[in-house]
Amino acid sequence: MNRARHNPLNSAASHAVLILYTIIALFPVFVILVNSFKTRRAIFSEPLTLPTGDAFSLIGYQTVMKQGDFFLYFQNSVIVTVASLFFILLFGAMAAFALSEYRFRGNMLMGLYLALGIMIPIRIGTVAILQMMVASGLVNTLTALILVYTAQGLPLAVFILSEFMRQVSDDLKNAGRIDGMSEYSIFFKLVLPLVRPSMATVAVFNMIPIWNDLWFPLILASGEKTKTLTLGSQVFIGQFVTDWNAVLSALSLAILPVLVLYTIFSRQLIRGITSGAVK
Amino acid sequence: MASRPRTHIVVFLAPAVIVYTAVMIWPLFNTLLLALYTTDEAGRHFAGLKNFRTLLGDPNWSRPFWNALGNNIWFFVVHMLVQNPLGVLLAAILSHPRLRFAALYRSAIFIPTVLSFVIVGFAWKLILSPIWGIAPSMLDMVGLKSLFAPWLGKEEYALTTLALISVWQFVGIPMMLIYAALLSIPEEILEAGEIDGLTGWQAFWKIKLPLILPSIGIISILTFVGNFNAFDLIYSAQGALAGPNFSTDLLGTFLYRTFFGFQLQLGDPHMGSAIATAMFVIILIGVCLYLFAIQTRMRRYQF
Repeated sequence: MNRARHNPLNSAASHAVLILYTIIALFPVFVILVNSFKTRRAIFSEPLTLPTGDAFSLIGYQTVMKQGDFFLYFQNSVIVTVASLFFILLFGAMAAFALSEYRFRGNMLMGLYLALGIMIPIRIGTVAILQMMVASGLVNTLTALILVYTAQGLPLAVFILSEFMRQVSDDLKNAGRIDGMSEYSIFFKLVLPLVRPSMATVAVFNMIPIWNDLWFPLILASGEKTKTLTLGSQVFIGQFVTDWNAVLSALSLAILPVLVLYTIFSRQLIRGITSGAVK
Repeated sequence: MASRPRTHIVVFLAPAVIVYTAVMIWPLFNTLLLALYTTDEAGRHFAGLKNFRTLLGDPNWSRPFWNALGNNIWFFVVHMLVQNPLGVLLAAILSHPRLRFAALYRSAIFIPTVLSFVIVGFAWKLILSPIWGIAPSMLDMVGLKSLFAPWLGKEEYALTTLALISVWQFVGIPMMLIYAALLSIPEEILEAGEIDGLTGWQAFWKIKLPLILPSIGIISILTFVGNFNAFDLIYSAQGALAGPNFSTDLLGTFLYRTFFGFQLQLGDPHMGSAIATAMFVIILIGVCLYLFAIQTRMRRYQF
C-alpha cells in the first residue's frame, strides 16, 4: 500500500528541496557568525570562507566588549522575560482555573472579554500606555515592560490553559475537597502539577516575542540602564555601521543567546505549535 | 456547593483581569478616545472627528497615510503569495511519513523565526549591501550578476525586498502549523483515496488541501494581524524614516513617527491615536471577515 505513495525519485527531490531551503534559512546566520571572527580585510576579500590562519581576529568582539554594555542589556532582557513569563503563567493559570472550574454568572462573558486580546495587538494602545507610564513614573523602568508583556501574554495563556484544565478529572478535585483541601490548595497542589506541560508550552510561546520585542523597549524604556538586548544591539549597531568587525560581532552576540535558548527549548516549542494547531 | 463562600473565584480571576484591563483594554479604549481630542493654546479639548478629517483630507497627512496603507497591503500580499504557499510546500514534503532527517530540517528551517527583527534586518542589510558584495558575488557564481541592484536602496524594490526578508524569517510558522494539520489527517481517509486511485500530488490537492484549509485560514489571519502592526523590521533595516523616500513606510512606522516624534518633528499623541484607531479598524475588519465569512464556510470540511 505504501509503495504507491513513495518512490526513490520523489524522495531525492524532497531532500533536494529541503536541503536548498535549509541552506537559504541558515546562510545569513552562518555568514554573520563566520565573518565576526575575521580581520577587516578578510571580511571583504573572502566573506564565504572559514576564519582560519591570518584571517582570524577577535578585534570586533574586543570593540563590542569595550563599548557596549552587553552584559547589562542581557541581564535586563533576562529579568524582563523571566518576570513576564512568571506573571503570565501564574495569573493566567489562576484565571483559567476560575473559568474552567466554577460556574458563576458572567463566566462566558469573562472568557470572551479575556479572549479579545488574542486577536487585537496591544501595540494599538501604545499612545495611552505611554501616557499612563509617564503619569505613574514607570517610564524607563523594567516594571513598565513587565506589565505590558504580562498583559499581552495573558489572553492566549488563559485560553490555552483553560482548555487543558477542563481535562483534569473532576473526581480528583472532588476527592481533594472531601479531604478538606481549600480551593487554593486544590489549584496549587492538584491542578497546577497536572497542567505543567501546557504551562511550558505557553512559556515557550511567549518567550520569543518578549525577548525579541523592539517596539516597547524603544518607547517605554530606552534609557541606558533599562535597554534590553534587542534594543541595545539595535542602538549599538546603528552607531557602528562603518565598523564592520564590531557590527558583525555585536550581531553574533545577539544571535547566540537566542540560538542557545532555541536548542534547549526547540522540542517543547515545536510540540507546542503542533499540538496547538491540532486542537 | 452553592453554600460555600465564593471569594476564591474573585481571588483567582482578579490579578489577570486587573492587569489585562489596566494595561491593555483601558489604554486601548483611551487611545480610541484620544483620537477624538486635540491640544492647542486653549489646552486639550474635544474635537470630534477633526483628526480623522485631517488624516484623510489634509494632503500632508493623507498622502503618507495612503502611502503607508498601500505599502502595508502590498507587504501582506507578498506574504500571502510567497510565505504561505512556501510553508504549505515545505510542510507537505516534511509530512512524508518515511522522510529521513525530518526533525532536523524542521528545526533548521525554524531558526530564522526565533531571531529578532534587529538581527534579521541588519544581517540582510549587510548581505545585500553593495559595499560588502556577498550578494553580487554569489549571483556572479550562477552567472546572474547583471540582476544585482542595491535592492534595499531603490524605491521600486525596497518594500518587496523587505517583505521577502520577512517571509524568509516567518515561513517556519505556516510550515509548522500546516505540518501539524497534515499529520492529523486520519490514515483511513488517505487509504480510501488510494483505493479510488488518488496518490501523490493528486491526493494532496484533492484530499489533504481541503482538509487543511482551516489551518490556512488561521495562518492568513495571523499573517494579516502581524503585518498590519509590523514595525520592527522596517525600523531596524531602514530606520524610522522608512527610506528610501518613505517607500517602505508601513502603518506601524507611520504611527511611531507621528506619536513619538522623530528628528525635528514633535510627537502628536492625538494624530497618533487617530492612526492607531485606523489600524484598529483595519485589523478588526480583517478579524471579523475571518470569523464570520471564512470560518463558517470552512467548518464543512472538519470531521
